[in-house]
Amino acid sequence: MVALAPHAGSPPRHPSAARRPLFRRRSAVPGFALTLGTTILILSLVVLIPVSAVVIRAAGMTPEAFAAAAFSRRALHAYYLSFGASFLAAMVNGVFGALTAWALVRYSFPGKALVNAIVDLPFALPTAVAGVSLAILYAPTGWVGGFLAPFGIKVAYNPTGVLIALIFIGLPFVVRTLEPVLRDLPIDVEEAAATLGAGRFDTIRRVIVPAILPAWLTGFALAFARAVGEYGSVIFIAGNMPFKSEIAPLLIAQELEQFDSAAASAIAVVMLGVAFLMLLLINGLQAWARRKT
Amino acid sequence: MPYDLEHKASEAGLTAPSNALEGPPPEDRAAVSVRGLKKQFARYPALNDVSIDVRPGELLALLGPSGSGKTTLLRTIAGLEFPDEGQVLFDDVDVTYASAAARRVGFVFQQYALFRHMTVAKNIAFGLSVRKRKDRPNRKAIDARVAELLKLIELEGLGKRYPAQLSGGQRQRVALARALAVSPRVLLLDEPFGALDATVRKSLRRELRRIHNAAGVATVFVTHDQEEALELADRVAVLNLGRIEQIAAPDVLRNHPATAFVAGFVGEANRLEGAARGGVFRLGALELAAEGVADGPALAFVRPDQFELAGQGLEITVERVTLAGLITRVDAIDAAGHRLEIALPRGTEAGALVHGAKVFVKAVGGRVFPAT
Repeated sequence: MVALAPHAGSPPRHPSAARRPLFRRRSAVPGFALTLGTTILILSLVVLIPVSAVVIRAAGMTPEAFAAAAFSRRALHAYYLSFGASFLAAMVNGVFGALTAWALVRYSFPGKALVNAIVDLPFALPTAVAGVSLAILYAPTGWVGGFLAPFGIKVAYNPTGVLIALIFIGLPFVVRTLEPVLRDLPIDVEEAAATLGAGRFDTIRRVIVPAILPAWLTGFALAFARAVGEYGSVIFIAGNMPFKSEIAPLLIAQELEQFDSAAASAIAVVMLGVAFLMLLLINGLQAWARRKT
Repeated sequence: MPYDLEHKASEAGLTAPSNALEGPPPEDRAAVSVRGLKKQFARYPALNDVSIDVRPGELLALLGPSGSGKTTLLRTIAGLEFPDEGQVLFDDVDVTYASAAARRVGFVFQQYALFRHMTVAKNIAFGLSVRKRKDRPNRKAIDARVAELLKLIELEGLGKRYPAQLSGGQRQRVALARALAVSPRVLLLDEPFGALDATVRKSLRRELRRIHNAAGVATVFVTHDQEEALELADRVAVLNLGRIEQIAAPDVLRNHPATAFVAGFVGEANRLEGAARGGVFRLGALELAAEGVADGPALAFVRPDQFELAGQGLEITVERVTLAGLITRVDAIDAAGHRLEIALPRGTEAGALVHGAKVFVKAVGGRVFPAT
C-alpha cells in the first residue's frame, strides 16, 4: 500500500498557473535569478568542470585500455576495500554516533563541553596527523596494538587499520547531523508513548527511530561519502599492500606518480560512478523516510 | 483465544463505566484518590499537601493560575512526575511509584503529542499494538476498535491521514481517541483547549462533554480558564500556590466561595478593600453583611451584577459605558482609585451614566473575607 503524501490535500492550482513559464514564479521574496545563476556558476567552476575533465580524459582511452586500467584485479580489490570499509565504517559511526548525539543532547555530565569539542576534532585535524597518530597507537609496538598483539590480533597495516581510520574521520558527521534533530524531538511524544503502555524499547523503536531516520540517513551518507574519498589518514595505517589493504584513492595516486594519468582517470571514473549511485540510493531512501513523517 | 469485542468495549468504558466492579460503583468510592501529595521544585513547592478524590465517571476540572501546581498534580496522577511525599491510589490500590506505562491512564497533552510518522489509525491503535503478545488483541479487533473510536470522535474516513493533514481541533480529537483506546482507568487532559482558537474551543468543549458521557470514564482536566471549568466540569478544584482552595460544583463555587482567593479568581467579582466591624463590611458609605468575619481589615468580592445605583453609598466616577445586550456595563473608579466593573439592567438611568459622571452605588450581595 502506498502511503499518502503529506500534502496530498493541497488545493488544486489556479488554471493560469499551468501556463506560467517553467522557472519563474511570482514571489514576494525576490532573488531567484541571482541565487540560481550564482549557484550554477560556482557549481560548474568548482565541481562540474574538474569532474568532467576526469571523465573526458578517461573517454580518450580505448575501451581495452580503459578496462585494463579500471578493472584490473588489483583495481577491483581496491574498490571492494574502499567501498566495503567505508560502508562498514559508516555503519559503526551510525550506531556510536547516534549514541554520542543522544548523550550530548539528553544528559548533562561533567566534562560535557570537552566531549563536545573532542567530537569535532576529526573535522579539524589534518588527516595526515590523524593517520600518523592512529598508526603509532595501533601498530604492534603502540599502546593499543601492543596490548592486542599477544592475543594474535593485528589491527594496523591490514584492512582493519583502514576501517579504524575511516571510523575516526566519519564520526562527527553522524553526531552533528543527529544532534539538532534529537534536540527538537518533543519530549511529550515519548511521554505519550509511556502513558499508552509502551516500554522504553518500544518507544525507541516505534517513536524515536522513525522520527530521526531521515537525519540519520543523511549523517550516514555524509560519513560514507567522506570515507570513500579519504586518503591521508588511511595510507599511514593501512600498510597499502596490493590485493590486501590498498584503497582505490591510493591506487589513483600511484598511477599518477607513474605519470599514467589516463589509468588514474579510469579508476577515478569508476569510483565517481559508484559513489554517485550510492549517494543517489541513500537520497532516495531519505526521501522515502521523510515522506513517512 | 477469540477476542471478545463486546467485553473489551465495555471495559473501555464505551458502554458502561466499568465492568471490573459488580453493578454501578458506590458514590463514595474514588476512581483516583490522592492523599497528602507534596512535591518541591527547586525553590517553590509545586504541591503542598494536596488531597483529592476523583469519583467514578465524573468530569473534574483543576483550575488555577499558572504556577498553582495543577499540571504537576495531573502529571503525578499519570506517573509522569513522582511526589516527594503522599500517595496516589487507583481504585484503592497504591500506584504512587508505578510507572506511567503500568498505570493505564489516558493522557492528552497540551500539544497533543501525536506520532507524526503514523497515520491517524496507527496513532489510535498504538496503545493496543504495543501490548505484550498475550494481552494484545488481534489485528481485526484492533481495527474494529479504531473504527469505533473514529466514529466516536466523528472523524470516520480520516484514519489514513497523517496528523500534519489535520486541523488543530481534529488533532485534539485524535489525541483523545488515542488515549481512550487503551481503556484507561482515568482520562487526564492537560489544558485540552489551550492551543485552539475561540470558536473551535467552544465546540470542542461540548464535544468533550459528549465523549466523556459516552465513555463514562472518570476525567480530570487542567485549565486556567474559569469559564471553561465552570461550564464543563461536574466539580471544580481550585488550586493556588500548590494548595487546593476549594473543591465544589460550579454553582457552589460561584455562589459560596470558600476563600478570598476563590472569590477573586472565579467569576469576575470586584475586589473591595474595606473593614469589617460587628458583622458589617464597610467601604466609605457602602455596607455589606459580613456575619462571622472578625473585626479588622476585610475584603469584599462583589460581582458586577450585584451593584445597584443608589441615592447614597460608594461614590464612583464613570469611565466608560458599554451596551452589551440586555445589560449596560460600566467601568468606573472609586475615590481610592480602584477600578470597578458594574453591570446594570439596560435602561437604568441611562442619562446619568456618561463619562466623568459621579454616581453612588450600593452592593446587594457579595462575599466578605478577612484580609490576610
